[in-house]
Amino acid sequence: MSLDYQNDVTLHEKLIEEVLSHYPDKSAKRRKKHLSVATSGGEASEADTTDLECDVKSNIKSIPGVMTIRGCAYAGSKGVVWGPVKDMVHISHGPVGCGQYSWSQRRNYYTGITGIDTFVTMQFTSDFQEKDIVFGGDKKLEKIIDEIEELFPLNKGITVQSECPIGLIGDDIEAVSRKKAKEHGKTIVPVRCEGFRGVSQSLGHHIANDAIRDWILDKKEVEFEAGPYDVNVIGDYNIGGDAWASRILLEEAGLRVVGNWSGDATLAEIERAPKAKLNLIHCYRSMNYICRHMEEKYGIAWMEYNFFGPSQIEASLRKIAKHFGPEIEAKTEKTIAKYRPLVDAIIAKYRPRLEGKTVMLYVGGLRPRHVITAHEDLGMEIVGTGYEFGHNDDYQRTAHYVKKGTLIYDDVTGYELEKFIEGIRPDLVGSGIKEKYPVQKMGIPFRQMHSWDYSGPYHGYDGFAIFARDMDLAINNPVWDLYDAPWKKTAARSASIAAE
Amino acid sequence: MPQSAEKVLDHAPLFREPEYRQMLAEKKLNFECPYPDQMVNDLCEFTKTWGYREKNLAREALLVNPAKACQPLGAVFAAAGFERTMSFVHGSQGCVAYYRSHLSRHFKEPASAVSSSMTEDAAVFGGLKNMVDGLANTYTLYDPKMIAVSTTCMAEVIGDDLHGFIENAKNEGSVPRDFDVPFAHTPAFVGSHIDGYDGMVQGVLEHFWDGKERSEAAGVVNIIPGFDGFCVGNNRELKRLLDLMGVSYTFIQDASDQFDTPSDGEFRMFDGGTKIQDVKAALNAEATLSLQHYSTRSTLKYCEEVGQAAASFHYPLGVQATDEFLMKVSAISGKEIPEAIRLERGRLIDAMADSQSWLHGKKYAIYGDPDFVYAVARFVMETGGEPTHCLSTNGTAAWEAEMKELLESSPFGKAAQVWPGKDLWALRSLLFTEPVDLLIGSSYGKYLERDTATPLIRLTFPIFDRHHHHRFPLMGYQGGLHVLTTILDKIFDKLDRETIVPGVTDYSYDLTR
Repeated sequence: MSLDYQNDVTLHEKLIEEVLSHYPDKSAKRRKKHLSVATSGGEASEADTTDLECDVKSNIKSIPGVMTIRGCAYAGSKGVVWGPVKDMVHISHGPVGCGQYSWSQRRNYYTGITGIDTFVTMQFTSDFQEKDIVFGGDKKLEKIIDEIEELFPLNKGITVQSECPIGLIGDDIEAVSRKKAKEHGKTIVPVRCEGFRGVSQSLGHHIANDAIRDWILDKKEVEFEAGPYDVNVIGDYNIGGDAWASRILLEEAGLRVVGNWSGDATLAEIERAPKAKLNLIHCYRSMNYICRHMEEKYGIAWMEYNFFGPSQIEASLRKIAKHFGPEIEAKTEKTIAKYRPLVDAIIAKYRPRLEGKTVMLYVGGLRPRHVITAHEDLGMEIVGTGYEFGHNDDYQRTAHYVKKGTLIYDDVTGYELEKFIEGIRPDLVGSGIKEKYPVQKMGIPFRQMHSWDYSGPYHGYDGFAIFARDMDLAINNPVWDLYDAPWKKTAARSASIAAE
Repeated sequence: MPQSAEKVLDHAPLFREPEYRQMLAEKKLNFECPYPDQMVNDLCEFTKTWGYREKNLAREALLVNPAKACQPLGAVFAAAGFERTMSFVHGSQGCVAYYRSHLSRHFKEPASAVSSSMTEDAAVFGGLKNMVDGLANTYTLYDPKMIAVSTTCMAEVIGDDLHGFIENAKNEGSVPRDFDVPFAHTPAFVGSHIDGYDGMVQGVLEHFWDGKERSEAAGVVNIIPGFDGFCVGNNRELKRLLDLMGVSYTFIQDASDQFDTPSDGEFRMFDGGTKIQDVKAALNAEATLSLQHYSTRSTLKYCEEVGQAAASFHYPLGVQATDEFLMKVSAISGKEIPEAIRLERGRLIDAMADSQSWLHGKKYAIYGDPDFVYAVARFVMETGGEPTHCLSTNGTAAWEAEMKELLESSPFGKAAQVWPGKDLWALRSLLFTEPVDLLIGSSYGKYLERDTATPLIRLTFPIFDRHHHHRFPLMGYQGGLHVLTTILDKIFDKLDRETIVPGVTDYSYDLTR
């Protein structure tokens, strides 16, 4: 399903022109390539081609000093890909900060006894001191691995997540990992995700994928009786339980999810992956690399899907079922039919409260496009969207989702985002914690779309109910009407409200 | 089907529904290759023993769940306490995203800072170009009055020279020649966030004071708060006290408005902070007082070097600590402590007397920055409590010595133990083997509360999972009252929970306590 609307091309082009005029010339030239307005409409389907263009330069270096919202390779590896693997210990290798700031912040839900057989919400750090920088940290790393084995013996393996200094001081974490893996008979994975590598989180995802390929797959005999409907779910980090709300649907449709990467994942699930029949990839950006590898090496097909909102869930379930044939297709239709009354009830309840509300998104990974239709299912309209660390292929895929006139911003700066929001004054902004409070100060409702604002899941039908409820409570809270002191209405604000 | 439109189930109840419980049980059984339950339980029990504790405390290299952050976080916090100041962190950009997120999650406020976004080529050739372009962009886009430069560990490892780079950038016209760009080298592999705070404040003072003539203004006092996640409540409370006394003072570094801007339709990227002209004038103050000794060691030395009297406190919280602070201010400023403040003090004492029976003999574990732990241990002893474990991951040997001296000064500190450099996984062992009634610290302690069932009182940075506490003071007599009430609430809530079972424990479910 897709709503029929267009966005204001002229306004958006003017906004781009305006923000660029405030930069020094050199930077204006560079930023210009990252901003555009989608030029004609497309259909919300990944397979179709479209004549829509939302072509911007992407995946290139951020400009210094502009307040990019991006993170680093370490964030992409430890924070996104590896961190959720629950039965391994992930060492933040380097100074204390990186591990501290990323500790427990992604909301990768899991089950287990933390500190005993699972370790996701813990911060293991080598806490580098000056002497480690000067003399190298390899000896310390060896000792750390021994101490982990002693104190956390039920870990299934260890990863070494490199922070900036590791690559700069020439430590050989690969040698340490090999030596200690042999000694302890455990999987130990060195990851070269130093924060200065690449231009964003994105290279960290790639490096983390490569580390899985090089240090885990094919390294052990895996005993496993494969079935005809075995799938891996790739790129679902189980934020607020997303992967669980997805798994329940896939299982109802008759599939056997033999591995989930990497939310609530175990090492065993990763090792077994090459035995599956199909890789289902949700977050294409962060895990397409390993899917391509498994396709090349093991001949496992992979398929992108989207479990945000009923339109995409249905389309995705059918697409997946088609791959497996009539038996799964029949079960899939039954599943879709089973949840239809729930979907209808959710839309009946929330759509009247959200119809026509405008939304600006600025997120990472898959969400700048994947959540668009979920909003549209509720009658909401997307006026602008952009990626923190998207690549060209992400923007191509976005073209299928957005409407003509949608403002597109890549690696947006704090300044640009503020000016765009001010100029458009959408009814809702969906972005991250750094953006939340500035937006709310402006009197505009906001939802964190990385962490689901401590809510979720948002995947699946069960998640859609929560998503719809959250959009409603954000937009329709009475606090937004209390901003103006009744004895002092500011001219500017009244004017901007009148203009809406 | 558990979910419905009428009553939308959130994650907590949703995944407790039978469908999901069964699904997760099967996932575990069929796909996770878990260790046998017995093995998991055995290890779980073993971690509660003295045997595990010995191994745990013997760790030499690994840190698990530390209660400290890295230097640049402190520098960014420090810079937020000066008028229209933008933090510019030279090095990798991901770090800045982390500092901003970390501060926003605690304060529930915007946290602005920029990075010079150095990548691999800068690692090879140095980050001069990033500094030159970056300062120009920051200056043009965000219209700051001052740009405070600090460093990530990447820039420190490759040895970028901030002073030289800033000079170069000025020569190339990135910012006007007379534009203020103080700086501090803040390597993450030295000290912690409190040292980054120290470095940045000193960097600002040196920028404005070096080479300037000082003409002492008798009785005028500078106050440096130190790294304080409760700056919003604390700074305002202390200013109120100083105003009541009629003291002439300057807060050097005051983020209380920056991290508490109103919602009225306008996003204020900058708000409040110490005015630059006031920083300049502060050179002439007779004395500089630091509210947190370990946050300001280097800065205070510098203040002494320029000729000021300097004194430091350990987070003036509680009765005697506040007494000492006020008397010191009074001695320097020549202003008397007014009767109004004496009455306030009396009201705190009154509250403590009213509640003393509930507090006497209670055992505490306290962790956090060194000055905070000192302050809370001291206050706890004033209420008749026993600070059994005092732990500071960024505490030093000097802190340990000071703590021991404090604890020996009171019969309530006789059994106390001090744990410098230890982390919260160590504290887990301490709580299992030598349990306490209450745990005081940051949000990170919630995992200790889960594992050891020790009620956690959140009184220090970072507090992510409770809202707005930092808007209320901990310092001064008013702050003491707030801390007292918070501790009491925790005690009463726990007692009520324990006595709420109808017909079983509710004989003790007293209406009046």
